[in-house]
Amino acid sequence: MDTTLLVNLSYIVAAILFIYGLKLLGHPSTARNGNKLSAIAMFIAVVVTLLDQSIVSYSWIVVGILIGAAVGAFAARTIEMTSMPEMVALFNGFGGIASLLVGWAALSEPTLSGVTLFTIFLSILIGGVTFTGSLVAWGKLSETLAGKPILFTGQRVVNSGLMVAIVICGFLFVTQPETTTWLYLAIALSIALGILAVIPIGGADMPVVISLLNSYSGLAACAAGFAINNNILIVAGALVGASGIVLTNIMCKAMNRSLANVLFSGFGAVKDDTMVIEGEVKPLSPGDAYYILEAASSVAVIPGYGMAVAQAQHAVKELQELLESNGTEVVYGIHPVAGRMPGHMNVLLAEADVPYDLLLEMDDINPRMETVDVAIVIGANDVVNPAAREMEGSPIYGMPVINVDYARTVFVLKRSMASGFAGIDNPLFFKDNTRMIFGDAKETINQLIREFSD
Amino acid sequence: MEAIYLLFILVLSIFLGIELIGKVPATLHTPLMSGANAISGITLVGALVASGADRGELTTILGTAAVAFATINVVGGYMVTDRMLAMFKKKEGGK
Repeated sequence: MDTTLLVNLSYIVAAILFIYGLKLLGHPSTARNGNKLSAIAMFIAVVVTLLDQSIVSYSWIVVGILIGAAVGAFAARTIEMTSMPEMVALFNGFGGIASLLVGWAALSEPTLSGVTLFTIFLSILIGGVTFTGSLVAWGKLSETLAGKPILFTGQRVVNSGLMVAIVICGFLFVTQPETTTWLYLAIALSIALGILAVIPIGGADMPVVISLLNSYSGLAACAAGFAINNNILIVAGALVGASGIVLTNIMCKAMNRSLANVLFSGFGAVKDDTMVIEGEVKPLSPGDAYYILEAASSVAVIPGYGMAVAQAQHAVKELQELLESNGTEVVYGIHPVAGRMPGHMNVLLAEADVPYDLLLEMDDINPRMETVDVAIVIGANDVVNPAAREMEGSPIYGMPVINVDYARTVFVLKRSMASGFAGIDNPLFFKDNTRMIFGDAKETINQLIREFSD
Repeated sequence: MEAIYLLFILVLSIFLGIELIGKVPATLHTPLMSGANAISGITLVGALVASGADRGELTTILGTAAVAFATINVVGGYMVTDRMLAMFKKKEGGK
């Protein structure tokens, strides 16, 4: 049989497996098999590609694969679940640079049409933006860089100038392919754009950024697919691109902000100074908290990024078991943007062996909040802020939040009175039914556990 | 016409992807993202040809680097996704 035909038929099989694998990812009980199918699809695509007749030497391929596999496997095995967002950002970046390099390498083809040159330009551009954008996101998530939005005067002018330069450079690249200056300029511009696009975005908006970069990495693969006329790259890249778009959309909705708002402006300053938060903060010791918890018949736990930072998920699970053996019903309420990437809390709780059917989404937990005796907020702030409902002047006004203040009692586990990532005051802390338990979240929960054990 | 035909595939795949991903529950969004990330390492396929075809030293270097980066993405992405998904347990089905 003709090799090209064999390769393309195998690509169809791979595409089917990718699609079916994604379908299986739709339910926790089948997701693991879905991921395996997707991995098999990748394996098939790679193996049949090696049959390509234009490949004359395998030595460098083997070198590349060995290095990549060793690094990838090591990282995947050793990474802490709390650091997943950084890791995904970094992997995204690697996908981006790979697409950039593939686009660049495609320039060595003997004949290049205008359309192909244009797609090569796109794959370099999107690949470069994904690469540096992801590196900046990685820096912010791992706190190598400051999480605060970096803004400077004239930022918009610089960004607009960059866009114009990219369009001109693209035109020159396609019309004068023999001049390598345009190639290097394209690479430089894409790298600059990636950096400038992500630095003005604050840490609280990272779930949106990481979803968007995920989408870009897929689109970069698509563009590379156009550049080298390969349909499996286009199919797989488009699936990833679409997944990033869907997630970005969900994240934006959960924050009640448009994508443009997230990308071009950090959280604005508080607009309305007349906003007054009344009441006083009522601290509570873990010992007294224990008596309230012991008498409670239903408890809802609302985790946020602080739980990840304190590595408190295992202690939370232990407390859940003690409460359950005491006859208390325990559920978890997960806000879509809790944590630093979509679904971050769910993974941490899964790591601690919390069954996924106890994790309720915001729309499921809110209607039953009034029947909850104690809502325990662990390291979450903005996602439980009632100002989003009550104070029109608040920058987060209109954002859907988990209404913990409707529960009979709210425990807020917090290190100190500092405001959340968005830097906004939280009237929840001053409500009559709120009790603040100050200290490290993990330590506080361990104290509660000791009280239960005694 | 080749480009138009590829564009056709692109458009259909995006719609298919949006349909598929829209059905994934919030609890699986992190594994979905890292799994999708692994899929985006499909660029590896393009990198292999660039690395192995004898089209000059520069192309070989670019291709090999691309193979290494894309392989990190593929191997790391699938392994870490599998590691995460292995942790998702139902209440009764647990230990």
